[in-house]
Parts: sequence; structure tokens; C-alpha cells
Amino acid sequence: MAQLNMVQAINQALADEMARDDRVVLLGEDVGLDGGVFRVTEGLQERFGAERVLDTPLCESAIMGAAVGMAAYGLRPVPEIQFMGFTYSAFEQLFAHAARLRSRSRGRYSCPMVVRTPYGGGIKAPELHEESTEAIFCHIPGLKVVVPSGPYAAKGLLLAALRDPDPVLFLEPTRLYRMLREEVPEGDYVLELGRARVARPGAAVTVIAWGSMLERVLKSVENYDADVIDLLTLSPFDIETVLGSVKKTGRAVIVHEAVKSCGLGAEIAATIAEEAMLHLRAPILRVTAPDVPVPLAKLIDHYLPSAEQIRAALDEVLQY
Amino acid sequence: MPEEILATFEVRRLCVLNENGEADQDLMPELTDAEIRRMYQLMVLARTFDERAVALQREGRLGTYPPIRGQEAAQVGSAFALSGTDWVFPSFREMGAHLALGYPIPQLLQYWRGDERAQKVPSHLNIFPFCVAVGSQIPHAVGAALAARYRRDNAAVVVYFGDGATSKGDFHEAMNMAGVYALPVVFVCQNNQWAISVPLKGQTASASLAQKAIAYGIEGVQVDGNDIFAVYRATRQALAKARRGAGPTFIECLTYRMADHTTADDAGRYRSPDEVAMWNGRDPILRLERFLAARGAWSEEQGREVLSRATGIIDSAVRDMEAMPPPDKTELFDGTLATLTPRQAGQRKVR
Repeated sequence: MAQLNMVQAINQALADEMARDDRVVLLGEDVGLDGGVFRVTEGLQERFGAERVLDTPLCESAIMGAAVGMAAYGLRPVPEIQFMGFTYSAFEQLFAHAARLRSRSRGRYSCPMVVRTPYGGGIKAPELHEESTEAIFCHIPGLKVVVPSGPYAAKGLLLAALRDPDPVLFLEPTRLYRMLREEVPEGDYVLELGRARVARPGAAVTVIAWGSMLERVLKSVENYDADVIDLLTLSPFDIETVLGSVKKTGRAVIVHEAVKSCGLGAEIAATIAEEAMLHLRAPILRVTAPDVPVPLAKLIDHYLPSAEQIRAALDEVLQY
Repeated sequence: MPEEILATFEVRRLCVLNENGEADQDLMPELTDAEIRRMYQLMVLARTFDERAVALQREGRLGTYPPIRGQEAAQVGSAFALSGTDWVFPSFREMGAHLALGYPIPQLLQYWRGDERAQKVPSHLNIFPFCVAVGSQIPHAVGAALAARYRRDNAAVVVYFGDGATSKGDFHEAMNMAGVYALPVVFVCQNNQWAISVPLKGQTASASLAQKAIAYGIEGVQVDGNDIFAVYRATRQALAKARRGAGPTFIECLTYRMADHTTADDAGRYRSPDEVAMWNGRDPILRLERFLAARGAWSEEQGREVLSRATGIIDSAVRDMEAMPPPDKTELFDGTLATLTPRQAGQRKVR
């Protein structure tokens, strides 16, 4: 097995699936000749041709909307939005069409597509290049939202997403793109969507995280008996695994880099409260960004949840 | 029934100063010698700023930075035509316009250093913050123009964007609305022919961007964007037209992005050195120098003096920028709302 970073793992998943399934077509800004601004699609246009890796004009709404038409026609489009902060102008196509086409047409049409977009903070990039607004997308019925936390998960989840019959938003944590290297099998494997993973077993407290925060959580909990859950799929999230852990530990801390109010942590906390209230031995805590726009480089470290904040929350629930 | 021709159109192109630095006297805008010298100084200042910003980024002293190299005539020439009360809506690659309008230079650098305090535009200027989401600022200009007319102000509104933005819905929606209401807005498109790796022909099948105005019932003109006199002339005329209530104008400044998209980009991956070399020969600063030299108003020594003064200004601005204390973490919260929410106020205390 090769040691790959996440950029390489995603590239391999795309290449393998394009070789296996001629319905898979990539489209987006700079994805072809330039290989994407993070080089995730490097070499794919050269290998599969400009008809299967389309360099589009600068038009997120048309990229997303065209993907809807392509998917309904029978292709498996993979639109790339260059940064999550630029998905907003394509939001109508995602919300009003991609996620609803199956429902609106009562199953006559469907929208099997994977929207790839880099997301998350900590890369010292300009405004709107470090967004983490996953909760907005988790609020859309008919859309699945997936976030890998490392190269192995990225390949397996992307292959699963590419074979899913419905639209999937695939969020790629930019901070981790080249930070982590892992053993990634060369062959085909899928990680089932909707399944979380226990990233580190423990018994005293459940910590739930995803994307680049998973890496920070794992570094923060070394001296704790923490059961760390890597959510992987945010919508629908794996309620069973979360509840199983919380019933065991009686304590839950949710860590996300998105703002606190109406973040996905609220949904997870509410579900735990509804389903496992009597197992709780402490309040459910959230460690999140504050309720402010993502700042530029000078303030980003004060924005993202820190190891200290994560440990403070663990101490609080453990000493409750 | 035979088909009829409903309408036919022409697209105008304006060039005043050719590559040899020769000006068409009939088209030459009214400018004093002092004003022309000032234009030249501002272009050199913009070039110097840009080179320094790229160098600072390479040294880790600035964040990701989008160079303006090659677009100095388009930016300085258009901004030079503005008056103090006009409203300006920039994208993120108009630092030459900011410099021409007198934006504090340390503050410009501070923005690219990743400090949002730089976005607090001085109160004597009506410039919107940098807009990173391509083309999304264009409708704002339409709104400001509506408001200016509602208030019976004599202000005009200028919005800057690039060729890539003309593929966005916001551009078309805004152009259409400006046409419908005949608003006092000037659309300045710097067509630098590259949107990261996508060349103009990958952006549009139109023969020009100027002709896109026709569809919206707006006057559109292409100017040689490396010709500061053409840019100035077209912008000044469009502003005068806007102020007398005669409606919007779309100006396509055909220029060239001589550098990478940003310091995080490598244009060598997708365009030929020959093309870049050809446009290096069309350098807008070189062209104005030739014009001035033919009038006896420029020599290599005079050029060195102008450059030396610009370098001094930028040196001092870099020192001032680097002397600024880092933002306090409370800056995360301040300005989010006029009154922070109770939760924000709580977060501000403990962050």
C-alpha cells in the first residue's frame, strides 16, 4: 500500500472511478489544464480528455445547474466549486433543484452527482476561502453531506459518494490536504455513507468531530479516556454510533470549526438529549468557533477551536 | 412573410495612444502636463507597490496577493477620472485605482497581510471593501446608483470587475437592471484575458466583452486598456453621461494580466512564455514613457527619479504597516452587529 496525502487519495478515487464508469464527468473552474487550484484533479484531463474534465467559465450557478441536467440525463457529474465560500451563488441550484429533483419528479428523474469543494479554516487564505458552513447544507432534505478526515476515508467515501443514487456534497478539509499521509489501498473500497467511525476508543467521555477538527481533537485528548467519533457523514449522521457511545460514557463534547449558533453541534446535541437523556452524567458541551464571520489570517487562530478549549470542555464534563 | 432585420449593431474600440507612444490629437483628452505627469507617477507607484507586495509575500510578510502588473493604465486611468463624491465598488485586483484615489498605502498592504481592520475605508472615500467573490459586487453598484438618483445627488458610481466576472449571473442581472432604470453607473471591466487558468476564449464565445452591453440596451465600448488616455477619456465621458442622467456605460479595458493570478498560482502551467513576452512589449508604463519622451518630458534619469520617489513612498508604507500592532482578538466580534447578540457578548468575554 502507498502512503498518500488527501490530495493524492481523492485524485486516485476520481481517476479509478472515471476509468471504471464512463458516466463520471468532472466540471469546474481550473479543474482541467491547471489540475485544480489545489491540484486535486491534476492529470485527469490529460488522461480522460477535455470532454470528461471540463474547464468551465467562471459561473458557479451554471456549473451546479448544468450538473443537475447532466445527472438527470444519465451522467454522474462531479462539479467542483473552487472554495466553499463560492457555493453560495450556486445555492439555489443545489437547494431548489439538485436536492429536490427526485421528489419533484416523483422519482422520474434523479440527481446522482458529487459536488466537491474545499472547506475549512487555517490555511491563511483570503476572505471566503476558509468557510465552514456545513450546517446550511445539512439543513437541505435530499442532499447528503460527507466530510473525510484523512486520505483513507477520503478515497473510500468519495467512491461511495460517486456510486450513490442521490446528490452528495463532498467537503474536503483544506488544512488536511497535504498535512496527513496514510496507507491508502490502491484497489477499490468504499466506506458506507451515513456511518461514523470510532477514531479512538475510550470510556469516560464521547467526543464528536469531523474534518480538520478530528485531527485537532485526537491531538488534544491524548491524556483523556475519550471515545472519539469521526462523523464522516454529516447528513444523515450516524445516530446509532453516537448514541451507543454516549450511553457508554454518559458525557458528550461536540467540536466543530463552524460557528456555534445553529451549527451541526446543535442537531447532534438535540438528538442526544432526545434519545439518551437519562444516560447523561453531565451537560452536552460544544466547542466551536464564535458567532462571527471567518476572520482573515491574523485572527484565524483565535477563531478556530483550540486544543486548550477542547481540553477545558473535557475537564468540565468530567468534573461535573 | 420575409424575415426582417430588427436591429444591427456596431462595437466601438477606442485607442488614443499607440504602442509607439504616439497620441491621436483628435482623441487626446484634455489633460494638463501636470496631470499627465501625475498619471505617470501613479502608474509607477502602482507598479512599485505591486512588485513590493509580491516580494513581501515571498518573504512571508504578506499573505496571498493578486498582482496587478500590466493593468496600471486601466486602473489609474479610470480612477483618475473620478471625483471625490463618486462611489467605487472594487473587486480584489484594483490596487492601482485605490492608489490613484488616495487610499492609505499601509492600509492596502495591511489587507493583504490578513488584517480586516484594513477594510475600514477612510471616511473621505466612498470605496466599498475588496470583493473576493467574483462579480458579486456588481449589483451593489446598481443599488448605490439607484440611491444616488433617489437622493438627487450628482454622484456617479463605478464598479470594477474582470473578464471572469462577465460569466456570472450577478453581472448580467446588474447590467440588465442598470439598463432598465437608466442608472448613473459605469461598469469598468478590466479584461486581462485570464481568469486563473481559463483564457478569454474559454470564458465567452463573444468577439468582445463590450458587445455584451448591447443586449441590455446599454452603451458598450472597448478601449485599449494599456492606453491610459483611452481609459481616461472613456471613463470621463461615461461619468459625465451618468451625471447628466443619460444612463449607464460599459467599458471593456482590454489589457493583460502580466503576472500570476495570485502568489499561490503558477501561470507557467497554462500559458505560453511567448504570449507573456508579447504583452511585456505592450507594457502600459512603457507606452506613456515613450509619449512623454517624445515631448521632452521624460528621460531615463527622470524615470529613475519618479521610481526612486515611489520606492520611498512604498518603503515608508511597509514600515508603517509592519509597525501596526496585531489585531486584538476582540476584533473578531466588534462590528459584527451594531449591538452584539447576548451570545456574542458572552463569547467575546471568554475568547
